[in-house]
Amino acid sequence: MSLDQLYQQIILEHAKERHGNGLDAGVEFPAGAASGQSHQLNPTCGDEITVRVSVAGGKVSDLRWDGEGCSISMASASVLTELAEDLDTAELQRIIDSFREVLRSRGKVAADPEILGDAAAFEGVSRYAARVKCAMLSWVAAEDALTQALGRQES
Amino acid sequence: MVAPPAHLPSPAPALGNDEVLRIRNDFPILNRPVNGQPLVYLDSGATSQNPTSVLEAEQEFYEQRNAAVHRGAHHLAVEATDVFEDARETVAAFIGAGVDELIWTSNATEGLNLLSYSFLNASLPGAPAEAARFALGAGDRIVVTEMEHHANLIPWQQLAARTGATLDYIPVDDSGALDLEAAARLIGPRTRVLAFTHASNVLGTINPVNDLVALGRAVGALVVLDACQSAPHLELDVKALDVDFAVFSGHKMLGPTGIGGLYGRSELLNAMPPFLTGGSMITTVTMDRAGFLPSPQRFEAGTQRISQAVALAAAANYLTETGLARIHAWEATLGQRLVEGLEAIPGIRVLGPAAGRERIGLAAFDVAGVHAHDVGQFLDSRGIAVRVGHHCAQPLHRRLGLTASTRASTYLYNTTDDVDAFLDAVAGVRPYFNA
Repeated sequence: MSLDQLYQQIILEHAKERHGNGLDAGVEFPAGAASGQSHQLNPTCGDEITVRVSVAGGKVSDLRWDGEGCSISMASASVLTELAEDLDTAELQRIIDSFREVLRSRGKVAADPEILGDAAAFEGVSRYAARVKCAMLSWVAAEDALTQALGRQES
Repeated sequence: MVAPPAHLPSPAPALGNDEVLRIRNDFPILNRPVNGQPLVYLDSGATSQNPTSVLEAEQEFYEQRNAAVHRGAHHLAVEATDVFEDARETVAAFIGAGVDELIWTSNATEGLNLLSYSFLNASLPGAPAEAARFALGAGDRIVVTEMEHHANLIPWQQLAARTGATLDYIPVDDSGALDLEAAARLIGPRTRVLAFTHASNVLGTINPVNDLVALGRAVGALVVLDACQSAPHLELDVKALDVDFAVFSGHKMLGPTGIGGLYGRSELLNAMPPFLTGGSMITTVTMDRAGFLPSPQRFEAGTQRISQAVALAAAANYLTETGLARIHAWEATLGQRLVEGLEAIPGIRVLGPAAGRERIGLAAFDVAGVHAHDVGQFLDSRGIAVRVGHHCAQPLHRRLGLTASTRASTYLYNTTDDVDAFLDAVAGVRPYFNA
């Protein structure tokens, strides 16, 4: 597998133009919104990310993040931000599950662009065991933050 | 001036590319391709490769002499004990230690934990009077440096937390050297332990051991040397350095994984409470108590790493026959070539001493706008193996304003072509990532 298959153009672009980066940006939350926040660390390289997910009316009203890491981890968080916008919360969970299945398959499960959109570009990462955690970091954080937000909404 | 190995003319000719190419034939793994390209192995700071003589020594032990040592009267047990203790003699001589002053450990990390746990045992109520010199309590201080590998940091952090002692850090200046004036201020009458690395695994700096030992001696501190990055690469003489303890890892000096060594002055080892207890380290055992053997058996409970010890001795012999002074000089040449080449590439910041200043044969660096993981991946696609991340030195990276860096580390089997292939690849990193 060549380097270009790992570093797809879309990944390199997102690593530069990071969507949703910055937790301090002023955000107006709709009435009834609940949010959760999760910090995840990759101890092998020191990469870390904090993702905040806000939900309202069964939809993701906002997903933002802050972190530092390699191009794979930064691009992955950026792509996730774009995908999550206005998604039903159940749908966000579904694409997180799909992304995890592809990334942990060691190249055996093909990404479905219908479900994963731009995140399908990370398919090649699954062949690089050392980089899977880079791609998963923000998604694991988003899943945790989403669960927290949904729990707060119900209580 | 140390005499050259006996088989070499005196003075021994310097190592150069021609001889290194011959040396490479002794290392089978260096012939394998990686990602369709010749392997350029520049990660010996993490683990080194093994010459055939080391691999054969381990196999020969299992094929001809395998038996438990220090027990059993049968012939194989006697031969196994002989080669195990011969190995200790060889490796002890390699670092300038007496034969009863070298304790086998799994690696340097275990050696440092052995010390910190033995000191903890000495600090507990009921410890024998002879162990008082190792005891720590509230108000006592342990001094380390900002450039330590986590292996020479966490055991002391834990010991401080458990005994109420305080951990102090000798700062690193912007040139990658220890601030000796600060060290002189930090090391005082309550300093019980002074632990520092001989050579930094990130900066490449060789620390002034004599100056630090003098500061430690003046206040009666126990001086611990992390020799992981020095024992494989330069002539190490623990007696001449006058340290109390030193640790090293076998797999960084052409040996197998799973074995390392702890040197300690015998007077100290025989007064220090053991860390691991059990079989092979005792004199008389009753249902209530046990007596302990002197060093080194005192610290070698249970069945030992016999084949690894034998293989490590073969590694020490390989290094001695090649000549540590020649290896050191060759690697210093490669280290300078690395730094000079890296400094000439736009957007590269070399960590540690600048070109022209002394360093061992490694260089860690930051690439502006490109994360170390991406740098490592790019180099791997060209068959070049380097280390990326914090290199088990998070406090040092934080001090340098980084979370991660990329490190190329050389050994006696690297040529200038290896360094040049690496430099050529690094020059392509920022363009590839549009940085």
